[in-house]
Amino acid sequence: MKTLLLHAFMLFSGLIAAPFLLGVINRTKALFAGRKGAPLFQLYFDMAKLLRKGVTYSRTTTWIFRAAPVIGLSAVMTAMTLMPLARMSAPLSFPGDLVLFAYCLGLMRFVTVLAALDTGSSFEGMGASREVQFSALAEPVLIIAIAALVCAAGSPSLTAIFAAMTRATWQALGPALVLIVAALLVIFLVENARIPVDDPNTHLELTMIHEVMVLDYSGPDLAFILYAASLKLWVLGTLIVNIAISFLDLHGFFTPLAFTAGMLVLAVLVGIIESIMARLSLLKVPRLLMGALVLAVLAFAFIARFTS
Amino acid sequence: MTALQDTVLVLLVLSSFALLGASRLGACIRFVALQGIVTGLLPIAVSGHGPTPRVAVIGATVILIKGFFFPHLLTRAMREAQTRRELQPFVGYVTSLAFGVLALIGSFWLDSRLNLPIHGASDLVVPVALATMIIGLFLIVSRRIAVSQVIGFLVLENGIYAFGVAIVRDVPALIELGILMDVFVAVFVMGIAIYHINREFDHIDTDRLTMLKG
Repeated sequence: MKTLLLHAFMLFSGLIAAPFLLGVINRTKALFAGRKGAPLFQLYFDMAKLLRKGVTYSRTTTWIFRAAPVIGLSAVMTAMTLMPLARMSAPLSFPGDLVLFAYCLGLMRFVTVLAALDTGSSFEGMGASREVQFSALAEPVLIIAIAALVCAAGSPSLTAIFAAMTRATWQALGPALVLIVAALLVIFLVENARIPVDDPNTHLELTMIHEVMVLDYSGPDLAFILYAASLKLWVLGTLIVNIAISFLDLHGFFTPLAFTAGMLVLAVLVGIIESIMARLSLLKVPRLLMGALVLAVLAFAFIARFTS
Repeated sequence: MTALQDTVLVLLVLSSFALLGASRLGACIRFVALQGIVTGLLPIAVSGHGPTPRVAVIGATVILIKGFFFPHLLTRAMREAQTRRELQPFVGYVTSLAFGVLALIGSFWLDSRLNLPIHGASDLVVPVALATMIIGLFLIVSRRIAVSQVIGFLVLENGIYAFGVAIVRDVPALIELGILMDVFVAVFVMGIAIYHINREFDHIDTDRLTMLKG
């Protein structure tokens, strides 16, 4: 009963807190630019407004277009149930759940791409093509990084991995874990369409990727998509922060505290990255992703060498 | 697995990968300088309990020459040739990086099959040195501009040096300094060659030298 309550609390805290992270990112960017910035809860207001509005569907779209936001949201929610928070057990956990985790995110991307193609707009098709091109390079990085974690912890389930990782793991495999965190940070930025790859603020510009695929959505559907994007940010951020806080080796009440602080630090870090970097030209993005792949493979090779 | 040793080795590999992915010559020269410094730190890092004065002197000489003197020579060659970037390498940057990943995996595999009679200072030194050598060779054959080829040569040399440190650990100082002298002369001669190619043909694109007739 106690674990059940704990799991419910974990899930709901994620579901409620996720849009707040975007608020923190935007506030950091605003402070860097010398502006006051939108309220921290702006995304909640936006979603409340969108949920009260009606929907417009283009006549060329089919049921795929209408189903995509719901499937995407449920896929990312499923991924959330697999991800442990702050070294507690995840609500759903079984050997090999990390593959399901990776492909829940994959499913979310797949339906978004399908829906973008379903509109028949050449503009959205362009975004879909870019999204698929970059994710084809990003997915191996995520899988190899997770495989390296499996090797480091010696168990094929996310809950067990983060339960097994302690200060001792860091002392034994520190440089490799730093490489994994760096690779995952790149993936975090790519998957969430953040700045070195895609600019979340641009609309109607020829270089955008994620925003262009959801241009045709309106009302509650758009709210679902915004919410799913913020949950994706949350769940991938959780993966990074879980690795990072295992270094502190905390117990009891301090672990959730460190976890919350870690998520906020990550959001601020993303804000800083977005403020000091320009978006890469599209031709250079594969180079960035290959760089992340190099980091992940290097970490995997090192860990495999030391644990075999 | 000691943290210092592994950090040095990781930096060694990462700087080779950075060279595979960088297109600006200035950035390439900075990366190879970093790699030179890291290579100089390697004998100090693997010597476990405090470096002996001899190891410290060799390390310092390597850092001085590879980390500061060679980059200075290369920067001058680049300035004289007025070439800022490698425009059309024979192999593109993404493909180069992919090759680097394969080289890394290959060298780890090779190391597990080699069964070297002498065990290196760390399990990682041999595969890292092999990967650095392969990447250096690859840089030499896949780049067009003479300066990039010299950089490839330096990476290759760093890999061989790391391999030597891994296997022998205690090279007599005379041999060590002799090798360093050879590399020094080689880079110097290459600098002169770049200067002459540039003066004769107004560019340092070595690919176009193949069209020369005697």
